[in-house]
Amino acid sequence: MTTTSPPTRSDADTPALDVEGLCVELSTPSGTVRAVDGVSFSVRRGRTLALLGESGCGKSMTALSVVGLLDPAAAVTGGAVRVRGDDTLRMSPAQRRRLAGPVLSIVFQDALTALNPVQPVGRQIGEPFRIHRRLSRRQAREKAIELMTRVGIPEPRQRARSYPHQFSGGMRQRLLIAMAVALAPDVLIADEPTTALDVTVQAQIMRLLRDLQDERDMAVVLITHDLAVVAQRADDVVVMYAGTVVENGPVRDVFAAPRHPYTRGLLDSVPEDSVRGRPLPAVPGSPPELSAVPAGCVFQARCPLVRERCVRERPVPRPAGEGRSAACHFSEELDRA
Amino acid sequence: MIPFLRTRILSSAVPLVCVVLGVFFLARMTGNPVDLYLPLSATPEQRAEFSAAHGFDLSIPVQLWNYLTDAAHLDFGTSLRTGRPAGEMVFDAFPVTLQLAGVTMLLAVTGAVLVGSLAAYRPNSPIDRIASLLSMTAASIPDFWFAVMGVLVFGVSLGLLPTSGTIGGPEIWVLPVATLLIRPFGVLVQVVRGSMVTALSAPYVKIARSKGATPRRVVFGHALRNAVTPVLTVAGDLAVGLVNGAVIVETIFGWPGIGKLMIDSILQRDFAVLQAAVLMTAVTIFALNILVDVCHALTDPRVRQAVPA
Repeated sequence: MTTTSPPTRSDADTPALDVEGLCVELSTPSGTVRAVDGVSFSVRRGRTLALLGESGCGKSMTALSVVGLLDPAAAVTGGAVRVRGDDTLRMSPAQRRRLAGPVLSIVFQDALTALNPVQPVGRQIGEPFRIHRRLSRRQAREKAIELMTRVGIPEPRQRARSYPHQFSGGMRQRLLIAMAVALAPDVLIADEPTTALDVTVQAQIMRLLRDLQDERDMAVVLITHDLAVVAQRADDVVVMYAGTVVENGPVRDVFAAPRHPYTRGLLDSVPEDSVRGRPLPAVPGSPPELSAVPAGCVFQARCPLVRERCVRERPVPRPAGEGRSAACHFSEELDRA
Repeated sequence: MIPFLRTRILSSAVPLVCVVLGVFFLARMTGNPVDLYLPLSATPEQRAEFSAAHGFDLSIPVQLWNYLTDAAHLDFGTSLRTGRPAGEMVFDAFPVTLQLAGVTMLLAVTGAVLVGSLAAYRPNSPIDRIASLLSMTAASIPDFWFAVMGVLVFGVSLGLLPTSGTIGGPEIWVLPVATLLIRPFGVLVQVVRGSMVTALSAPYVKIARSKGATPRRVVFGHALRNAVTPVLTVAGDLAVGLVNGAVIVETIFGWPGIGKLMIDSILQRDFAVLQAAVLMTAVTIFALNILVDVCHALTDPRVRQAVPA
């Protein structure tokens, strides 16, 4: 599976997913705001890229634009989302539907609401086979049972007839993952797949995702606000703040020596070697409202390095070492700090 | 499903008994039939004879006992007006009403699901705005006005449709059904639309799309069954209104249904017929409510499970 991908699939060098300059605008009662502003990243098959950021930073919006599931109130206003080299943003709805499942797939955070409450789970898991492979109900059911076995649902044959509310949270997340990997997509987007679960179950789910990724040679985009998950699980990381990418690069390098004060602030707030009785370090303040993102650097209000140039001029991402970039005028100073 | 039904039927029994009792007393509060049926010049002896013949001379508890025991044998007494068994008159009239109600609800629900879903698929689109305007208008038009205008335009001026009566081809159905349909349709479009907008924005719809499901599959395969609960409830309510007797439509279009029968019986103090008619509609309404609950249970597995056995 890992070595013999068919020739139609992209060769090793072309990324499975290549997002370039993605912009998403959101209509709100008080006007249009830019929720995602020029986000770029790419990920190859077999690799994991983490989109890291606080809630509201645009990481989920980015994910939904990639799979074409934005709410009607939001619209992609610029950029490209290339899958196997083709820009999905320029495709017709029918063309995009052909990619949805066999090429691109997504797992959501809340598996209870992500599963249809009035359909037996077996039918939902078999649905990709009905849609894309034109299998009969019976064949799709068999496929669903195979997948349920694979993701570790006990007694899958009986359980295929059960409804989502009859499963535990962890089991539901397994079902959702089974459904997402049914057609072995090139790219799997996992939007906070473990946030709603307790810690031991989280570890099992991350483990399952990793195994499935290896089996099926998928590129995984992992959306999370959990630094530990990024450190354990991802190859590369894209740090987002207020709709923009502030830093990206290999996880090991970025976490060892962040080149953006925001990344540094996040890493410092991990309560690893904090002293009992002393307040935990945190990034002071909170992210700007999307309607009030400043003209200069998006992070200026919370940045310890801020100076006059940051207010005047928005920093563009510039190379910051091997395969890395950071959007900060003064990233070199972080090495010394 | 069986325990679900048993619970549901048992819980309907108490209100049903209340209805049976209530009808008996309410009917007797509308006036004395002796005054209505005998001439003013009737002698006390004639009056007493009439009362005795129809059992009105007995004490109320005895009348009630007779009424209950007879009703238990499906004997509802004899009509004062026609001398026919009351049960028979009701069984003649009820199918007329049921047919009207059945055809109307079938068209209203089907039409509302299609229009409401179409409107909900793209909220605030031109289609949605047109559907909202039309349904709001439909829900607000008074049925007697619509019926009379229909007769005037299509019956009298254009001569396309018969103005009243139940003899003829399918064209006799058009005006009565249209009159009955318009409000339920308008109300249901709004309910379907609202419920579908919620269902279509649910995460499981996003997931269905992420599997490459076509819009039709998303709407009818995933969202509709989740959106159907409030629609069923409201449709059941509207159906109750129709079964209760579409008095205005039955009167204007001369359809001899249960509504017309009830009004006539009240006006003529025909207690036996009135009691039988009310009982019949009450039983039907309870049956309808149970049917709605069964539909809820069929469409939503969580309802099935929630009912204690």
